[in-house]
Amino acid sequence: MTGMQTKVLLRNIGVPNSHEIETYLSRGGYQALQKALREHQPAEVVRIVADSGLRGRGGAGFPTGRKWMFLPKGVYPRYLICNADEGEPGTFKDRVLMEHDPHGVIEGIAIASYACEVHQAFIYLRGEYELSYHRLRDAIVQASERGFLGKNILGTGYDLDVHIVRGAGSYVCGEETALLSSLEGKRGHPKLKPPFPATEGLYRKPTIVNNVETLFNVPFIVEHGAEWYRQWGTERSPGLKLFCVSGHVERPGTYELPMGTPMRTLIDDLCGGPRDGIPLKAIIPGGSSTPMMPAEVALQTNLDYESIFEAGSLLGAGAVIVINEKTCIVRTTHRLAGFYRHESCGKCIPCREGTDWMYKILHRIEHGQGRTEDLDLLLDICDNIAEKSFCPLGDAAVGPVRSSLTHFREEYEFHVSEKRCLVDG
Amino acid sequence: MLSEKARQEIRTLCQQYPSHQSGLLAALYVAQQEYGGWLPPEALDEVATLMGLPATYVASAASFYTMFHRKPVGHHRIEVCTNISCSLLGADHLLAYLSRKLGIQVGETTPDGQFTLLEVECLGSCGTAPVIKIDDQYYENLTEEKVDHILDRITTGKGRAS
Ligand SMILES: Cc1cc2nc3c(=O)[nH]c(=O)nc-3n(C[C@H](O)[C@H](O)[C@H](O)COP(=O)(O)O)c2cc1C
Ligand code: FES
Repeated sequence: MTGMQTKVLLRNIGVPNSHEIETYLSRGGYQALQKALREHQPAEVVRIVADSGLRGRGGAGFPTGRKWMFLPKGVYPRYLICNADEGEPGTFKDRVLMEHDPHGVIEGIAIASYACEVHQAFIYLRGEYELSYHRLRDAIVQASERGFLGKNILGTGYDLDVHIVRGAGSYVCGEETALLSSLEGKRGHPKLKPPFPATEGLYRKPTIVNNVETLFNVPFIVEHGAEWYRQWGTERSPGLKLFCVSGHVERPGTYELPMGTPMRTLIDDLCGGPRDGIPLKAIIPGGSSTPMMPAEVALQTNLDYESIFEAGSLLGAGAVIVINEKTCIVRTTHRLAGFYRHESCGKCIPCREGTDWMYKILHRIEHGQGRTEDLDLLLDICDNIAEKSFCPLGDAAVGPVRSSLTHFREEYEFHVSEKRCLVDG
Repeated sequence: MLSEKARQEIRTLCQQYPSHQSGLLAALYVAQQEYGGWLPPEALDEVATLMGLPATYVASAASFYTMFHRKPVGHHRIEVCTNISCSLLGADHLLAYLSRKLGIQVGETTPDGQFTLLEVECLGSCGTAPVIKIDDQYYENLTEEKVDHILDRITTGKGRAS
């Protein structure tokens, strides 16, 4: 079955010692870096990435080349940050890349840094990722020894240092401006945008923040060209994407597919369909922040930004969470509400208070003390958090609550009137 | 007191960044390691002095991050993910099982100081749920039997079980 997967990004995964530089080199690694440095001016690399149509894989899908073009001319130093905070429940693709193909991550960082005329790059790594830390640290040492990092890279006169900074358990620090605060040695509070990091970021200098998977795509694009990359995907969502599937399927895991592949191919063919044959109820297509969809609706969509958006949700980071019919939606939503309440940084009132209220109301519904008016109250709170919070964590918190109330309201009503779950689950 | 080695490590860490304050999280990790897995007030004060930052500033920053512990922890930290993908595959039962087996509630440490049981958010291992992390190691696709086996290996001193 795995034969149906495209194996470009994941080509090294499963190869013995895939994390060692010898393995990486023997499989064509660091060719793209040499090509970028020897054959292209930085601006040409930016152009190639822009032409490929690559969009940020951290969740928002912002065009990568365009972001790099936002850097103000002539302002230095500039910084590049590889966002490896990966905290969105349902997501684990960046960890797979960092543990099994750390040199791919490093090469992506090096090419992106060259394109953006950066000499100091940081990897902001989630604190729990111990093995990723060791693998990346060793990769940096190995790459430096071979002249792919450090001073005068490959004799071209280009210098780059890469540092790993370890987070310490805070989901909001994945948000790019909160990440900057944390990297500056502060509480991880988000900052007001604009200015966007590209104009004023780390230490108030122009800073590019890109997700691990985004940067991981860059060497492939630079080596083979924008046209080659566009052979996959759709016009507006080009290229290849990693999808993390978790929950009620037979074979959860990380899968690589062209954008625009039918959801059904992923769930039924690659993941082996519903676990134990129990029919599905809901699918969360892009990570815990993206709206929950009824399974039958989700299974009609294709895996690209536009298709999922038209069907009422978001592709997000491509973390597909599959929920079967024996699961209580109220209970599941209650758990997610607990997460957002815990992770709200407390800086702005709509998010800090709103996530707490949502949690408390869901808690009483879940525990048989809900009131009929609670359901509309929840929707009202959603309206007061969404788009009224300082950073997008507020919107993220609303995602599961509003969507589950829209699609599975009868489960909430049953909880309120019968004081128990509609399912035993 | 932080050892001279730790103090030196913190100084070196801070020099790696364009602004030495960027080394704060790394410094707190070093201090936490020295103090047996948690950060008592004196550890925070020492880091503050070393870095030339106000003590209240360091305490406030540290309290923002869940991986900095402000209460003593056991010799081994057992972190059970109960977020969505893990709970879809039975994490709540696993947590209850561990709680019964160790005879402690979430957040508590066994009387012999061996284990602290913690409930944590998504560990980034949702495809191999349910998942727990003991100290630095992930244990995936867990069942009660596997948990028994892992804890046995740790308590009998055979170290990590994979
Ligand atoms: C609450 C919150 C958490 C986020 N967490 C992450 C994360 O862990 N990793 C990530 O790459 N982006 C995360 N993002 C998105 C970043 O803010 C940013 O858009 C991204 O790193 C940009 O990189 P990209 O353009 O390559 O996707 C998060 C955003 C929000 C609002
Ligand atoms: S939900 Fe448990 S590891 Fe992600």
